[in-house]
Parts: sequence; C-alpha cells; structure tokens
Amino acid sequence: MRLTYFALMPWRYLPDDFREKHRSVWVDIDRRLYDPAKGHVLYNEYMDLLEHAETLGFDGLGCNEHHQNAYGLMPSPNLIAAALARRTSRAALVVLGNSIALYNPPTRVAEEFAMLDNISGGRLVAGFPVGTSMDTNYTYGQIPALTREKYAEAHELIMRAWREDEPFAFNGRYTKLRYVNVWPKPLQQPHPPIHIPGGGSVETYDFCIRNTYCYSYLSYYGYVRAKALMQAYWERVAELGADDSPYRAGFAQVVCVGETDAEAERLYAEHVNYFYNRCLHIHPGFADAPGYRTIKTIKMGALAQYGRRPKWENLTWKNLLDDAFVIAGSPATVRDKLDELIKTLRVGNLYLLLHIGDMPADKAMHSARLFAEKVMPALRRHWPDYAGDGRFWCHPLEHRARPAPLAQAQGVA
Amino acid sequence: MIKLRTIDTHQVPVQVFEGGAGEDIVVLHDAGGFTAEHPFLLALAAHYRVHAPLLPGYGDSAEAPAIRDMLDVTLHTFDVVEALGLRRPLLIGCSLGGMIAAEMAAIAPNDVERLVLIDPAGLWLDAHPAPDLFALLPHEVPAVLFHDVDKGAKILTRGGDIEDPDFLIPYLINYARTFGMVGKFLFPIPDRGLKDRLYRIKARTRLIWGASDKMFPLAYAEAFNAAIGNAELVIIPEAGHLPQLEQPAATVRAIVGF
Repeated sequence: MRLTYFALMPWRYLPDDFREKHRSVWVDIDRRLYDPAKGHVLYNEYMDLLEHAETLGFDGLGCNEHHQNAYGLMPSPNLIAAALARRTSRAALVVLGNSIALYNPPTRVAEEFAMLDNISGGRLVAGFPVGTSMDTNYTYGQIPALTREKYAEAHELIMRAWREDEPFAFNGRYTKLRYVNVWPKPLQQPHPPIHIPGGGSVETYDFCIRNTYCYSYLSYYGYVRAKALMQAYWERVAELGADDSPYRAGFAQVVCVGETDAEAERLYAEHVNYFYNRCLHIHPGFADAPGYRTIKTIKMGALAQYGRRPKWENLTWKNLLDDAFVIAGSPATVRDKLDELIKTLRVGNLYLLLHIGDMPADKAMHSARLFAEKVMPALRRHWPDYAGDGRFWCHPLEHRARPAPLAQAQGVA
Repeated sequence: MIKLRTIDTHQVPVQVFEGGAGEDIVVLHDAGGFTAEHPFLLALAAHYRVHAPLLPGYGDSAEAPAIRDMLDVTLHTFDVVEALGLRRPLLIGCSLGGMIAAEMAAIAPNDVERLVLIDPAGLWLDAHPAPDLFALLPHEVPAVLFHDVDKGAKILTRGGDIEDPDFLIPYLINYARTFGMVGKFLFPIPDRGLKDRLYRIKARTRLIWGASDKMFPLAYAEAFNAAIGNAELVIIPEAGHLPQLEQPAATVRAIVGF
C-alpha cells in the first residue's frame, strides 16, 4: 500500500455568508477576500504539515495544480515540491500534477519534473492531469474541444523528450520545436512513474492502461460513489489484457481521525462542513465547458459529480459519513472503512486528504498523527502479493545528497 | 416547406435546409442552429431559394474534428457553397454565421459580392465586453439574447426539464456537440483577428443589428460599419442579439431588395 498525504491548501478565511454573497470559489473568486499576510502564514503551515507527514511515515507527499481557486493555493505545485525536496529526505514527492496542455512549450514540464527528480534524488512521482474545466478552459483559456488533442500532443512530446538522447525536431499541431533536447534528464530512467488524475473520462482508462500509468480518481464524493467508475476501469484493464496489480489505481479520500467517533465529530465537523459548503461552491457555468468532455464520456453518464450534484449545503456530519463522502471517526472506524475502500475499489495508492477546509494546523496534526500511529500499520497489510510491483512508484537513489546544515552555509558566507 | 438534404464535402457530409423559390441564397446559422421550422428560414423562403447548411455537429450531422480554427471553417464553408453548385450567392450570416461570412468575404474578396451580416460575432471591444456565452446558466441566457426576455425564454426552452436525466443526457450531448464546435471560434473571446482583415471585403454589405443586442451592443455595429468599405447599417427595433428569431419579418424586410 502506498499512502500519500495529499494537500489541497484551502484558503481558510471564506466568510460565513460566502455562498450567499459570492457565486464561485473558482475562476472569478473575489480577490478582495485574499490577504497576502494570511497567505504567508497559510503556505508555511501547509508546508509544515506536509513535511511533518514524512516524519509520521507517509510514503508520499502530494500536491496538485489549481488556478484562481480558493480551495487550492497551488497554481504551481512544482514550487511546493521543490521546497519539500530540500526539507524532506525520504518521502516520494507526488505531484498530481502539471496540466501539460497549459504549458508552452510543454517541454517546460519535462524540464521542471527532471529538476525535481534530480534535486530529490529520484523521489518524484509525476502526474499529468488534463486539468479541470475551471482551470484549463475558464482560467487558462484553452479551447474546450481542442484540450484533449493538445494534451495528447504534449504528452507525446514530453515522453519523447525524456527518452531520446539525440536532439529531435517536433512538428506538432500545437507546438513546433526545431531542437528538443531537454537538459537536465530525469534521474529515474527512462522517466519517473506517472499517475494520471482522472475525473471520469473513459478515454483516460485506456491511456493509463496502455502506458502503464496509475489511474488516480480524485473525487470528493467518497469511495461508495466511486465504485461504479473504478469497476468500469478494472473491467477495461481485463479487456485490454493487462495484469490486475492494484497499484494501477489510486483514490483520494477525505479522512478525519479522532480518539473516538465523538471526538472526530467535535473536532472536525465544522471544517468538513466548510469544505463541502464553501470550498465546493462553484458556479455551475464553470463546471464543464462544452466540448471539454467527449461525447462518449457524457453518454456513460459519468457526470454525476457535476450534473445532478447532491445539495451539500444541507448535509449534516451524519449525511457525509453515511454516504462516505468523508471517512471519519476513531482509528478503528477509519481503519474498517479504509479496508473496505481499498478492497472494493482495488487501489494500491491512497491519497489521504487529512487536512480539510479551514481546519487549523494543530487539529490537522492531531488527525494525521492518529492516522499514522493507529490506522497506517493495518493498511500496510494490504496487497502483499503485489509488494514487488515497482512500476507505479519512485525509485530513489540509495545514497542521496542532503542539504548542508544552515550554520555551515552561514559560516561560508 | 423547408427540407433537409445531405451533401458531401471534403470534411464531412453536411446537412442543408432548403426551400422556397427565387434567387439562391446561403444562410449561415448562429450558435443555436437551424430547424425546418425556423421562422427566419420560413420567412426567407417566401422570397428566395434558401440554402441553410448546418455546421458539423449540429442536428444529426457528423462532427468534424479536423475543423479546428477560423481558417478551417471558412474554407469548409466555401466547400459547402461549391458542393451546392452555387456561384457567388448572396451570403447571409447570423452571429457566428456572420463571423464566418465576413471571414469568407475578407479572405476571398472577389468571390463574395453581396453580404448580409446579422449581429455578427468576430470583434472584441474592451469598452463593451461581451458576456461569456460559455459560462451562462440556461436561465441566464434569455436576458442576454433577447429584447423580450419572457418571450425569448419560451422560444429557448421549448419544454424539457433540465432536472430530468432522460432530458438532461441528450441535452448535454447536443450542447457538447454544438457549443464544443462553436467554442473553436468563440472561446474564450470571440476574436480571431477578423478586425485586421475586414478592410479586404469588397462585397456590398448590409449590416443588420438588433437595437437592444446585449451580447454585441450597437458599438459593435459601428465598428463593423467603419471597417467594411461598402457597408450600410439597418437597426431592427425591439430585437436583441437574434433579430432573425425575434423579429423575422422585419429582418427579412431589411434583406429583400438588397
């Protein structure tokens, strides 16, 4: 089992009447709600939490890319990963990921990921999302119906740039380069393991299976609702004749751990409510630009999460737990639910959203510590038959360079 | 009586609504598309032989992934005119269709002699930013597109409950097919450089504009009028962005005899 502490980095100060006074947390979020002095503290606290997660024994530290979004303060996850590369020494840096259709030229991603892999000594797990419609179309202006074609071309370019040692000309429709010759090379050869965040586009299944990438379903709607989608993925894996290693799949889950079920509710209910109530308050007109999804995907009816959305402004803690949007409670409760999640979805990679909404750092730390001490050991018992499957995780150098102590550096100056 | 037939083009088979008798005209639709009952086509058919091709992805027609940008769709539309066997027909375009028609007239100024542009898209004025068509919710659309908002809402919905999955899935598929296509030319800003090419238009041009167009207000009409050498502007009262739908009779009157 690979357990990644996944950070969203939400803005913690959306007002109580956010839903009533503002139409969207994303794209045209009111900039007057942002206070850079508070941002300074938040970034540092969130990075503390990530760094602490390594100490707690998490396998990976996860970050992702969102733009103009008050629940995701990481337009550039690579900046966060770069800082983590220096302050941590063991955990994988799981960057889920860089939206490769947005970079011009996309070789920029090949370069930056190679830098991260070099700096960290081969600890990078690289993600290539298409990106949400809010990010890709409405914020970054990509034409919806052309986004997937541009993504596919960017992917081809990046993979060739990582694999080929001779400079080559790339005559793409969206990118034309006379000399592709990316320097530095990734430390992991021929390239770092790749996780593809998917949101229910059926084309992504085949793409992952054919390329031996991990299909990572990032959802805020819990594992019960994810079952049909993941089942369809595993059916496709079988159809294409690929092996059934659970490491081919990953899932993101909101998790809150208390000493008891009652403590979990007392400590975390308000922050979970903040997340579902305010952070997911997205103008429906930004949710799904026409042309962004393929007709095939729409026909699959996989749009439940954007179309007929549950109305969570009225959801209680009990509703959220009953529907398993959130897994919360005592270590035993959380363990049982996660066992069920891991088995029913057949996932080897779990991205744990242990900080949620406007949760203060001390509570997030408490939850993560209980998770690490009392839940994590049990989860590690899963998938012993696939322990040797190294295709979907990073392979760091055995002996890695460490940052010099600061005092020494000051001495030099 | 308007009939639908399919013609072959280099890209894909194209569906064309045809009807009426008289001079051949080619009519290019707005993002909403045409139907056989479209009041504008019916009104035009009383005066002309109407040919109204659908963009790929509209109606039952196949999508054309190889049409990606403004040049592609402009040349494709010339292919359609060619496949119809027409030579320099009167070219009429509404909104996006007007943008395509203007582009055709600018790219091949000797092949378009007469041009009618009805509230065409294609320009962007910073002082009058057009609403984002692609982020509007269904209930917000009538206020942007129509002079008479209540009447417009009735025209647009034509029954159908967005909360009903049996309605929703086909609706979403149609929306993705049609607006996915027009997004190639209009998203995120409906400007593909036409302003730099309008000077080339030689066609005698009639600009027709809804007096209360809130998508592209009259300042856009003035901008087109100033940039096209041989143009005249006709304003249609009590019409918004779609005078051909809201005031079809008055719109056709502004065309007949041109």
